[in-house]
Amino acid sequence: MKRLISAALAVVSLLSFASAALAAAPIKIGALFAVTGPASFLGEPERNAAQMVVDEINKAGGIKGRKLELVVYDTGGDATKAVQLANKLIKNDHVVAIVGPSTTGDTMAVIPVVEKAHIPMISCSAGIKITEPVKKYVFKTAQNDTLAVARIYEQLKKERKSKVAILTVSDSFGSSGREQLKSQASRYGIEIVADDTYGPKDPDMTAQLTKIRGSKAQALICWGTNPGPAVIARNAQQLGLKLPLYMSHGVSSKKFIDLAGDAAEGIRLPSGKVLVADLLPKTDKQKGSLLAFVKDYQRHFSAAGDHFGGHAWDAVMLLKGAIERGGDTPDGIRNQLEATRGFAGIGGVFSYSPRDHAGLTKDAFVLVEVKKKDWALVK
Amino acid sequence: MDLLNQITQFVISGLATGAIYALIGLSFAIIFNSTGIINFAQGEFVMLGGVMTIFALNVLKLPLLAAVVAAVLGTTAVGLAFERLAIRPLKNATPLSLIIITIGASILIRGVVMLLWGKDTQVLPPFSGNTPLEIAGATLLPQHLWIFGVTILVIVASRLFFHHTISGKAMRACSFNRKAANLVGISVGRMVLLSFVISSALGSLAGVIIAPLTMTAYDVGVMLGLKGFCAAIMGGMGSGLGTVLGGIILGTLESLGAGLISSGYKDAIAFLILLLILFLRPQGLFKKGETERV
Repeated sequence: MKRLISAALAVVSLLSFASAALAAAPIKIGALFAVTGPASFLGEPERNAAQMVVDEINKAGGIKGRKLELVVYDTGGDATKAVQLANKLIKNDHVVAIVGPSTTGDTMAVIPVVEKAHIPMISCSAGIKITEPVKKYVFKTAQNDTLAVARIYEQLKKERKSKVAILTVSDSFGSSGREQLKSQASRYGIEIVADDTYGPKDPDMTAQLTKIRGSKAQALICWGTNPGPAVIARNAQQLGLKLPLYMSHGVSSKKFIDLAGDAAEGIRLPSGKVLVADLLPKTDKQKGSLLAFVKDYQRHFSAAGDHFGGHAWDAVMLLKGAIERGGDTPDGIRNQLEATRGFAGIGGVFSYSPRDHAGLTKDAFVLVEVKKKDWALVK
Repeated sequence: MDLLNQITQFVISGLATGAIYALIGLSFAIIFNSTGIINFAQGEFVMLGGVMTIFALNVLKLPLLAAVVAAVLGTTAVGLAFERLAIRPLKNATPLSLIIITIGASILIRGVVMLLWGKDTQVLPPFSGNTPLEIAGATLLPQHLWIFGVTILVIVASRLFFHHTISGKAMRACSFNRKAANLVGISVGRMVLLSFVISSALGSLAGVIIAPLTMTAYDVGVMLGLKGFCAAIMGGMGSGLGTVLGGIILGTLESLGAGLISSGYKDAIAFLILLLILFLRPQGLFKKGETERV
């Protein structure tokens, strides 16, 4: 009899252990970031921020008592690898949702995979093609180029400047910007009087700028990522170009001011709000999230949090909200993601809908100006 | 702003860029002349010059002049090691496999620099201020004067070296006929080593003086190397005035093309010229055709 009781006890305790273990099984989230390779300036902060926010959520007790587990793979910015790794996340790791990838190329390649497997994915890349047309399981957190262009044109319209020159880099970032600059111009009554390009590694852009100086342009908009825009700023200073100079959000980091030096003074650019978090008015809905993100990132990595890390932060926080409301099934998460309204993150205030999986308006960008080697808000 | 003024600016900008190409072209030609190798790691020497100067200046806190000297010496050491470890051991390799080795070396150097100093673009402060100078309605920076000055100095020095010193003459002898040079008692191996030393020093010097203008990062060497290569081809791979003129013509045409035709075709113009020259005058713009005596 005694033996029977102890055996029963053993069985019961084993069962209860097992069920305890089941209840505490973590919710697995996959992540694809280009941590190495040419896009590592995106992937590295994204990986850091995603891991950081998952750790914070777990430290605070997880989601409804369940921990999150982040499975991160490095795509190296290679679309083929991204597809393989997405399959691995879905089939081997059985994740319920995917954060990333970092680049538009990787994302476009992975989309058919997640659509077929019915796994929600929140991309951290900016390409407009990702969410236009809308794909059922695909969302994104990075701001569209269109919004940055709209922000600049709005300001020019306010200042009654109608003739602009554009100078764009001859890579995918520049040509996408050039397309947007040209297609939106007429809507703001703006005429493009000079349309020039430069190579990403060109040592000197005075030729293009001299030509622009000879045109009737009232402002110059330059679309590129470092170091090109810094060279342009210096060349413009050398030529004594008096035009107001606008850059893209591609250079919205302190690095640009370091590179351009004095020549950066007075240059304006649209930027995500993370750059100027402490300058924002108290009424700004994002201020709380922004300050928390910047502080956490500084503490974990002793580096300034940038908007790239912010994209991953937003993606994980959006997932957290969806899981809290809709449970841990992929379809439940997808439906709740689509129902997200007014989530104030790092990239902006997100409101997804069945027709909009990008979720942001042009308020996601603020116009900043370089003043005394620092950023200032343009009123 | 009238057209004439614009053209002056295009030409002056072109001359400045052209001088950079010329310097890099010269360093290509020096190695080619004594070894028959086109050293595709040449662009990496240019990059090393800039990156090492910034490292010496910001991390080791050396004064500018000492930092420049340290960077040139450092790059020369890399060039020396490259010749000793990768070129010398392959005694009877064909030029093609040697060229492939240089491509491999360039990838290796780029990778190591990326790991050591990161991927960020960095900038060197200009040597003598940033106040633009005005010449005939066009502007240029004091740094451009440094570039012109160093280029002229290098041309004069290389002329003196190759025509008026024993070592220089010996190097030229090697380039004309290695076997004969060997027979008259010139150590060909030592001349090859010397050519790598001079060429890496020259490349890094080019990298140092352009870093304040163009900024530098682990991957700037590729494009600069290609343009320098163009210049050397135009000059017929000679280590003299031909290559310098080649570089200057290339830079000026690029700038005029970007300004007057379309900036979209800037690089296309450069490489079109390269192809035309390879088709029409493979011996270079300024060299007389060589005849082989049998």
